[in-house]
Amino acid sequence: MSTHPHEEWSQALFRQFKEAGIELFTYIPDAGNARLAELAEEDNETRLVLLTTEEEGVAMATGADLVGRKSVLMMQSSGVGNCPNFLSFAKGGNFPCLMMVSMRGDYGEQNPWQYPMGQAVDKILEAMGVMIFKVDRREDLEAAATAAINAAFRNCQGAALILTQKFLGAKAF
Amino acid sequence: MTKITLDRRDLLAPLFPDHQDWLFVSGLAGSSKDAAGLTQDGANLFTMAGCMGAALATGLGMALSAPDRKVAVITGDGELQMGLGTLNTIATQAPANLTVVCIDNGTHGETGGQEGHTIHRTNLAMIAQGAGIPSVKEISSADQIAQAHDFIRTRPGPRFLWCRVLPTAPTAYKRNLNPAECRIRFRAAYLGA
Repeated sequence: MSTHPHEEWSQALFRQFKEAGIELFTYIPDAGNARLAELAEEDNETRLVLLTTEEEGVAMATGADLVGRKSVLMMQSSGVGNCPNFLSFAKGGNFPCLMMVSMRGDYGEQNPWQYPMGQAVDKILEAMGVMIFKVDRREDLEAAATAAINAAFRNCQGAALILTQKFLGAKAF
Repeated sequence: MTKITLDRRDLLAPLFPDHQDWLFVSGLAGSSKDAAGLTQDGANLFTMAGCMGAALATGLGMALSAPDRKVAVITGDGELQMGLGTLNTIATQAPANLTVVCIDNGTHGETGGQEGHTIHRTNLAMIAQGAGIPSVKEISSADQIAQAHDFIRTRPGPRFLWCRVLPTAPTAYKRNLNPAECRIRFRAAYLGA
């Protein structure tokens, strides 16, 4: 049986999310979150929710928070472009919104369609008050995830853990 | 064509005489005014005045996170149609405790009464059925509210109640529009002091 290319860090990050009390994992599938999503589905204490568009996950985080529960929204960088209006919950309402963004269009990208949105991710998130925690190297992952979790759930705001293509590797086309 | 005689201001009180027992999320504009009128802007209600299209997903997140509580989303046809995909997400997750009440006046009431899609050919009950929502019901007159009351309590969830109403004014109610205050209020009431 071959090991998933993202097995090791996905296991570590899933453990960290669980230890932070996150029960709800919402997502639009991407190569960068595929293994993490499987782990959330397999675990009895967490729930994986397939969305139709990423902004749904922002609203679901709001609904979960109103009854005291924690969630994480996992998406590809293109999905950040679908979220800004709903990020009003985080910016205007102090709702925690933890996002995990797997990047496209930033380093070694071979699909030209990915560049426009990939290059706009930081600006869009910053415009809506979402703090950004980037991971370029494996050794940065745990500290960045801890920082994002703290920003989201202790300061009650938007926080994005961004896994770059330096970290994930660029897909061949 | 179905003859619509239902006044939205007559809808929610007989539908939710036990409103204290529910958790409510309401979409922007008229549906939030109606919901605030029902609960006197109670702490078991989270209303919106923005984020159009978010009501269903907010209610879904709440229903999945509070499975032992009855959760109802009250929203308009325009708001619902901005997040139609969430009907699919709800159908797949299938929370038994979730009810969606769509108050459909066929118009964008808040912005001047411009015609919406449902005044023409769009049938939201068929869309909800097609999404896979197990229990779907349509009403358009006041004498059907008693059936609707039973429908949302006895049919398997998630449920979708399509309430076709006249394009008349919603309940006049001034609710708290500060989302941060409303968040704290809701959480304090739900989570307890």
